[in-house]
Amino acid sequence: MSASPAYSEEKGGSSSLGEPEYGHDPASGGIFSSDYKRHDDLKEMLDSNKDSLKLEAMKRIVAMIARGKNASDLFPAVVKNVACKNIEVKKLVYVYLVRYAEEQQDLALLSISTFQRGLKDPNQLIRASALRVLSSIRVPIIVPIMMLAIKEAASDMSPYVRKTAAHAIPKLYSLDSDQKDQLIEVIEKLLADKTTLVAGSVVMAFEEVCPERIDLIHKNYRKLCNLLIDVEEWGQVVIINMLTRYARTQFLSPNQNESLLEENPEKAFYGSDEEDSKDDKPDAASLVKRKPYVMDPDHRLLLRNTKPLLQSRNAAVVMAVAQLYFHLAPKAEVGVIAKALVRLLRSHSEVQWVVLQNVATMSIKRRGMFEPYLKSFYIRSTDPTQIKILKLEVLTNLANETNISTILREFQTYIRSMDKDFVAATIQAIGRCATNIGKVRDTCLNGLVQLLSNRDELVVAESVVVIKKLLQMQPSQHSEIIKHMAKLTDNIQVPMARASILWLIGEYCEHVPKIAPDVLRKMAKSFTSEEDIVKLQVINLAAKLYLTNSKQSKLLTQYVLNLAKYDQNYDIRDRARFIRQLIVPTEKSGALNKYAKKLFLAQKPAPILESSFKDRDHFQLGSLSHLLNAKAVGYQELPDWPDEAPDPSVRNVEVPEWTKCTSREKRKEKVEKPFYSDSEGESGPTESADSEPESVSESESESGSSSSESGSDSGSRGEESGDQSEEEKKKKKKGKEGPRKACLESAGSDPSEEEEEQGKKGKKKKPQHEGKGGSETSWEEGSISESSSSESDSGSEAEESQSEPESKRRTTPPSSKPAPKASRKGTKEISLLDLDDFTPAPPQPASSPAIVSTSLVTDLEGLTLTDASLTPTMLSPVFSTVKTYELLHRMAGEGLSVEYYFNRQPFPPDPHMVAVQIQFSNNTESEVKNLRVSEPKLVSGMRIQEFQEIESLAPGDTANVIMGIDFCDSTQAANFQLCTHSRQFYVSIQPPVGELMAPVFMSENEFKKEQGKLTGMSEITEKLTLPDKCQSDHTIVQRVTAAANVSRVPCGADNEYRFAAKTVTSGSLVLITLEWKEGARAHLTVNSEKMVIGTMLVQDVSQALAQ
Amino acid sequence: MIHSLFLINCSGDIFLEKHWKSVVSQSVCDYFFEAQEKAADVENVPPVISTPHHYLISIYREKIFFVSVIQTEVPPLFVIEFLHRVADTFQDYFGECSETAIKDNVVIVYELLEEMLDNGFPLATESNILKELIKPPTILRSVVNSITGSSNMGETLPTGQLSNIPWRRAVVKYTNNEAYFDVIEEIDAIIDKSGSTVFAEIQGVIDSCIKLSGMPDLSLSFMNPRLLDDVSFHPCIRFKRWESERVLSFIPPDGNFRLISYRVSSQNLVAIPVYVKHIISFKENSSSGRFDVTIGPKQNMGKTVEGVIVTVHMPKAVLNMNLTSTQGSYTFDPVLKVLTWDIGKITPQKLPNLKGIVNLQSGAPKPEENPSLNVQFKIQQLAISGLKVNRLDMFGEKYKPFKGVKYITKAGKFQVRT
Repeated sequence: MSASPAYSEEKGGSSSLGEPEYGHDPASGGIFSSDYKRHDDLKEMLDSNKDSLKLEAMKRIVAMIARGKNASDLFPAVVKNVACKNIEVKKLVYVYLVRYAEEQQDLALLSISTFQRGLKDPNQLIRASALRVLSSIRVPIIVPIMMLAIKEAASDMSPYVRKTAAHAIPKLYSLDSDQKDQLIEVIEKLLADKTTLVAGSVVMAFEEVCPERIDLIHKNYRKLCNLLIDVEEWGQVVIINMLTRYARTQFLSPNQNESLLEENPEKAFYGSDEEDSKDDKPDAASLVKRKPYVMDPDHRLLLRNTKPLLQSRNAAVVMAVAQLYFHLAPKAEVGVIAKALVRLLRSHSEVQWVVLQNVATMSIKRRGMFEPYLKSFYIRSTDPTQIKILKLEVLTNLANETNISTILREFQTYIRSMDKDFVAATIQAIGRCATNIGKVRDTCLNGLVQLLSNRDELVVAESVVVIKKLLQMQPSQHSEIIKHMAKLTDNIQVPMARASILWLIGEYCEHVPKIAPDVLRKMAKSFTSEEDIVKLQVINLAAKLYLTNSKQSKLLTQYVLNLAKYDQNYDIRDRARFIRQLIVPTEKSGALNKYAKKLFLAQKPAPILESSFKDRDHFQLGSLSHLLNAKAVGYQELPDWPDEAPDPSVRNVEVPEWTKCTSREKRKEKVEKPFYSDSEGESGPTESADSEPESVSESESESGSSSSESGSDSGSRGEESGDQSEEEKKKKKKGKEGPRKACLESAGSDPSEEEEEQGKKGKKKKPQHEGKGGSETSWEEGSISESSSSESDSGSEAEESQSEPESKRRTTPPSSKPAPKASRKGTKEISLLDLDDFTPAPPQPASSPAIVSTSLVTDLEGLTLTDASLTPTMLSPVFSTVKTYELLHRMAGEGLSVEYYFNRQPFPPDPHMVAVQIQFSNNTESEVKNLRVSEPKLVSGMRIQEFQEIESLAPGDTANVIMGIDFCDSTQAANFQLCTHSRQFYVSIQPPVGELMAPVFMSENEFKKEQGKLTGMSEITEKLTLPDKCQSDHTIVQRVTAAANVSRVPCGADNEYRFAAKTVTSGSLVLITLEWKEGARAHLTVNSEKMVIGTMLVQDVSQALAQ
Repeated sequence: MIHSLFLINCSGDIFLEKHWKSVVSQSVCDYFFEAQEKAADVENVPPVISTPHHYLISIYREKIFFVSVIQTEVPPLFVIEFLHRVADTFQDYFGECSETAIKDNVVIVYELLEEMLDNGFPLATESNILKELIKPPTILRSVVNSITGSSNMGETLPTGQLSNIPWRRAVVKYTNNEAYFDVIEEIDAIIDKSGSTVFAEIQGVIDSCIKLSGMPDLSLSFMNPRLLDDVSFHPCIRFKRWESERVLSFIPPDGNFRLISYRVSSQNLVAIPVYVKHIISFKENSSSGRFDVTIGPKQNMGKTVEGVIVTVHMPKAVLNMNLTSTQGSYTFDPVLKVLTWDIGKITPQKLPNLKGIVNLQSGAPKPEENPSLNVQFKIQQLAISGLKVNRLDMFGEKYKPFKGVKYITKAGKFQVRT
């Protein structure tokens, strides 16, 4: 029905394209057509305005994907619809995107902004699905965006979004395992989540990312136990499996009383001691030895709370609980799981198969448990063979003196089955019963001997093999059976059986002295036509007879050995040669000859018939590894019980203050950059649970800690460069206060204080990131993390800061800025500096309080107000040329600090390179020599023009150099080493997208002409709303030019702004158009061949404007 | 967890593939085909197969193999249970879980799979939630959609996803409020040659069809709850209440679902409602045998036994069967060697009998084993264990629902050895 309009449209469309041959035959456009050209109709449908056509096209494409057909050439056409209003089209586009994004990474980036927008949608379903798709696109370049989105979503109000965040964690981890530390922080936060919706998912993430970090569970252990019953069933499985492992590390074995008390009283001692101290019994020590084991209440809690889940309808949950009980419960309590497991046997045959494997393992260890259910393992003729064999295994394991007769009667039925594999297994099982239970050995043997006359050869052969094993236990009494079997050699053809018989006769030839030589005679006759294993046994038999009865068999033996000597198989030739040397005495044969009889006719131990499931229980039951009896990838070993219980107080949730502090410190030590995560986690329950006891409002102290750090940095820098030459100082000032200074210079312009501050804070922030993380990713993360926290967030924080006591405000040292806001920020700095535990901040130099406090002001601004700003706004909006980034922090550089900025000047030696001005400051006591670049590690195509080596840099001195980098029009970081005479530092420079271009001048007409050429895929449009403070021409131009190195193009219309630039490397045009509609709405259009640059630029510019 | 899913039909065509992580090539299925070939029989394909880089966990449902690709350790039952849940969902949506149904609804199938797993971890498996996200196909809806252009997708988050009762939709409205419970008991039994019971057990389920408006809170009590030995519950049931009072207290999902399944304690003797007399013999050195089976109800049953079907897997050597039945009709499939005798209702006055000659392959040895008879039957209005529902109370809503309980007893795995 819905297909018919689609086809008619397709006809019309394709004929207009001049391809009537495809249009004529609607069937050819069918779902499974593989011809590439045929996709044209789909493309056309996707480009149409009608949702119904798009939907139809998407359905057909999804059908292709489902069939495994390649639909990747439609990528551009499909991706355009990512923002389609129709929700079904959108979802199908998502399906497509997730499938092909990996193959078409660049194009996939086009869709990212849609998801980023989606992440801020008021509808939780949209937020969640945006995160889901964003995190499913396996494109490494968006790792930072994903990281940020996950962090953001982890503190979302909606538990559903948080659940999605938990799901996204393993996705990101598999994409980039370097993110582990940060992800662990998110996991830690989500583990503290109190909703059942999140619990299962986050534990799954925990298991995939950091299963070894068992310490993260302590605090949440009790909560998880208590929530367990309400968690959705899949989550239950994961949580139970994880808690099994956890319990094995934290509690004592509940069965140690029986097994260990006698041999190892010490263990019991510790176990009881621990309990005692808990119960506060003073005379614990006197009771030590006889004190029985007392289970940790937390251990009990786990057992108690999982038990009801045995009633779950989900087989996986039942199995998970069963294995938990098997591994953790006292012996007396394990029995409860049997009933539930037996129930599962009525389920699908796959479930039966898995359950039976586990029951087989359990029944070896704890036979009593399943005995009452013996009959449930009886076999029906309709069971599949693999189930039959497993049931047989269980029955055999369960056999004991009391039930063996019933079981053997059952086995008799089985032996007559039509399923021969099953019969063979039954015979083996009888053999095992016979070896294990002495009472029935003769009965079994007789039964098996009867089987020797069975018509089916397989049955006979299997019986022979089993009888052979049984006879080995007591051969003397069974010469009759051996004689009977000797006769069988005439008929039986199965090689294994023949070999077994020959071995038996050889081994016990003294019991059958008359028959043995005769058998050898027969075998010698047919020797050449026997299978290899039979031949080997013939040689064996001959050798043994030669040794015991050489008179009768000497010639026969010689004959057989001669035949074997010329056999095709070298094993047989070898064997013949070896045996001849050993048994036939010659001059050359040495001492061994005398011992030949001992060698050949030594007493051989009877084989032990045991279950193949023995010892499988060292794998966690219910696991894939257990099933395969081999360690599967990612299997977490089930640890042995500890000898001593670790401190149980770690699970207490109300923590005394000192614990909080230590845990906090620990975290700081462990994590490279704790500040951001902390500030991210402000609202999370864990954070508030163990946040610092200071009376300062917590959120501020946390978010502030990062700013205080940067503040003190700049402060110390300021101090140390205090004795620099005047010029240097100026430069430095320029770096720091650039925006303000420039602002003063730009006559006529009157940007509000706020804007100014924002500019600076952006500038400030960046160096800090660079300094700490150094790597490109950390930079991106940091910057983006700010961008995505929502406006409301920053708003609330601003409010908070306003609520700071007035008195405090007053005490602020007067800053160079008169604005009240600035001074307020200054106040905060004081308390924040006190908190600072990262940098040993030197006392503020009295000489430059103004500078320091302003810079602090800006930093604080950055953290509070501009949480919502994106990467590009980091560039100071107005005068971005002086915006510096830190390349090497003073601490990391051991006194050498390096900053860089993009001076936006052409780089004369090579026009394709971006000029980067680098400033070295030597803050050490000694001279730094031979500063140079070495070993650049660059992405292919990228080039670096190194600066000239700096011979030496005196203490306190600074030096400026310019280097050129060809970034190949990508935002990939340039990584290289900075070498001094003594050290090497790994550093990287990553350009904001706006720095990858150089301004070009063109007229309005030229601009329009060029823009006309760059439409379609090359055009990226975004709608945005201009905030109030950004509605003057001047600010807009300032902000755009700050975000990117572009020049303004004159324009007739007054509500339109145009900018143009060329990318530095390839010289592709980048055209920016901003159309100001009525009200605050605006359209931002970027035209560029380089779609990735275009996309990123749109984001950068719109973020710069949206502030 | 679950990396990819391949659906394979019996002739070895991969007719659907879905990847939740990076794409895994179809060639991974070759290992599966290899195992399938080795197993010879579809039932004997091992559910877990280890390959050099992946693990394949598969289920077989309705002539389709659901083969999932796993890369790391995961509880195998987790995957198996999930795959069955997928098949159940297809069944629920399309009425049948067949290759044609899946191919016809490939887009919905894909949307479902997308919702059911995120990154290989189950996301939404409750049918109530899924139905809010993706509406099941009906002819009416597709007509309406094509006219109005509305979509099959829910636009809001299903409320169940967020609440503590994920199994129930939020705004349920019915004009007739009804709650039906079917107590279905199955007898699993093995009867030996002489007619004595080797093993017998009663397994029961209560399937419910609940169409009640709003948020009803139901509690169902039994006359004799002690009969229930081992019970497994739908997640909606409050376990504590059962533990303390033996009352099933729950907020039901909307529509059809299985409330509990239970096993009747093994102490109780199971009354076997039918008996079978049989003479099946193959003569030595002759190419024929005798077949004579009579089935009858045991006297002590007040109800009629109906829907009786006897299935016999004959030995391979059997070529054909010439039989006459006094009641019902029989068919013999000479390829699969399966004899099916559809009897219908048994009346004690005239016992159904099927007898005649079995033709064997000439020259072949006499079959060792007599085949076992699988019997199916149904008894209406009876729970063989004696389980009785006492009452059903509803709280939380004002209206008076219509309540109904139906009892039925069936043969489960009921096998007579001969």
